[in-house]
Amino acid sequence: MWLPRNGRGAAPRRPNGSISMYAVRLWSVRHSHLMERTYKVLEATLIALAPLFARVGYARLERPFAWTERNLKGLLFDCQMCGQCALSSTGMSCPMNCPKNLRNGPCGGVRANGHCEVKPEMKCVWVAAWEGAQAMSGGTAIVEVQKPVDHSLKGSSSWLRVVREKTAPAPVAPPKPKAVAS
Amino acid sequence: MSVVGMHRSAGRLEAALRAGHFVMTAETSPPDAGAAGPVLERAGCLKGIADAVNVTDGAGACAHMSAVAAAAILAQHGIEPVLQFTVRDRNRMALQGDLLGAAALGVPNILCLHGDDAKKGDQPETKPVYDIDSRELMRTARRLRDEGLLPSGRPVEPRPGIFIGAADLPVDPRPGWRPDGLIAKIDSGADFVQTQYAFDLSLLRRYLAALADHGIPDRLFILVGIGPLASARSARWMNENLFGVHVPEPLIQRLEKAPDQGAEGRRICVEMLQELAEIAGVAGAHLMAPKQEQACAEAILESGLLKRRRAA
Repeated sequence: MWLPRNGRGAAPRRPNGSISMYAVRLWSVRHSHLMERTYKVLEATLIALAPLFARVGYARLERPFAWTERNLKGLLFDCQMCGQCALSSTGMSCPMNCPKNLRNGPCGGVRANGHCEVKPEMKCVWVAAWEGAQAMSGGTAIVEVQKPVDHSLKGSSSWLRVVREKTAPAPVAPPKPKAVAS
Repeated sequence: MSVVGMHRSAGRLEAALRAGHFVMTAETSPPDAGAAGPVLERAGCLKGIADAVNVTDGAGACAHMSAVAAAAILAQHGIEPVLQFTVRDRNRMALQGDLLGAAALGVPNILCLHGDDAKKGDQPETKPVYDIDSRELMRTARRLRDEGLLPSGRPVEPRPGIFIGAADLPVDPRPGWRPDGLIAKIDSGADFVQTQYAFDLSLLRRYLAALADHGIPDRLFILVGIGPLASARSARWMNENLFGVHVPEPLIQRLEKAPDQGAEGRRICVEMLQELAEIAGVAGAHLMAPKQEQACAEAILESGLLKRRRAA
């Protein structure tokens, strides 16, 4: 359970004494500009490596990439591995940490202090997202409407997906399975 | 079978089963339509012929008209529905609401199912819910019916009269096999089961004998799944694509040799109906044939089993 103390001062601690993921997550949002620049370099690097990835085979890279994302983004953002990362559009505040999984802005239950209706001890991820977006050069992306979550992508690597989408301008949609009446 | 007990629903299906008749149910799928007409166009031919008509719930993991609505439309037009309830698309609150709502709309029977895998449908990106499993849904329905209580303990008045069904898959029982799955379903509240297609009657007899060894036919009504096969090709397709389905090769060859495969499929279905009616422990048959309600109706009529029931 997160128990942040008053405001931003002392790092919130878990009962076992370790600095909570929650504190790291807030730090990442406060440094959204740095995160944005880092990610841009990372993305450019990955896209440059696309021919290599294609040779190795994306299927073979899926597990190591997903592992890396789960751990790195898990540490920095409390990443839930939805497989369709929206951090660049949400001020580096992961919308999957919203108890209602809202990906297009906050619900009507934001408290006067900017905290969550469902988890009063947690800052609303969308309040954090808005603050994070202000510090980002691409911060206006926060107003773009996010598509509904594709649950078939859960657990997969978002980075690899981005590389594939950006290097293959016209991706061929997989054939839809034939409907079976039963 | 004489599963004697209080009637749990006001439905004709339960009444026919408790009267010891060999019942015949069929199946229809709600259309992709925003009006009641197409529901009746599909299933209307079964009126007065099938004891009840199953209404599939998002069959093939695709969106169609809601099963609750389609079942209510059938009920309002004198066709008794068996409302299929999958736990794939609704959480427990929505399921509880629909259990009450369906009963209020005159739906006396439900069939509790897990549901086809959402990834096999035409919107694989959808979120599969599975908040509770199908057995928990049965327990919920039973508690609403028998105790008038929601899982939270809040009372429901009046209680819904629900005849609770489960699905079953006939298997070839190995020595020492126990019908643990079926027993668990009975313990969860199942009053009847409708099985997957069982075209292999020798396997079915072995299965039923094993069930009888465990006293199952005295504890719930068993409706065996069959259907009018459309063609040899579709029979082969079923063998390859439908889990647990085995259409024996001699049947497929019989279809292949027939000049009119659809008519031959119907004849096979009629023969199987007549044979099933003679097997101890079989309470009825459940006819399935996607978008072929008419063929099911014809098979039921041709079997002569309805006439025999009236004569009895």
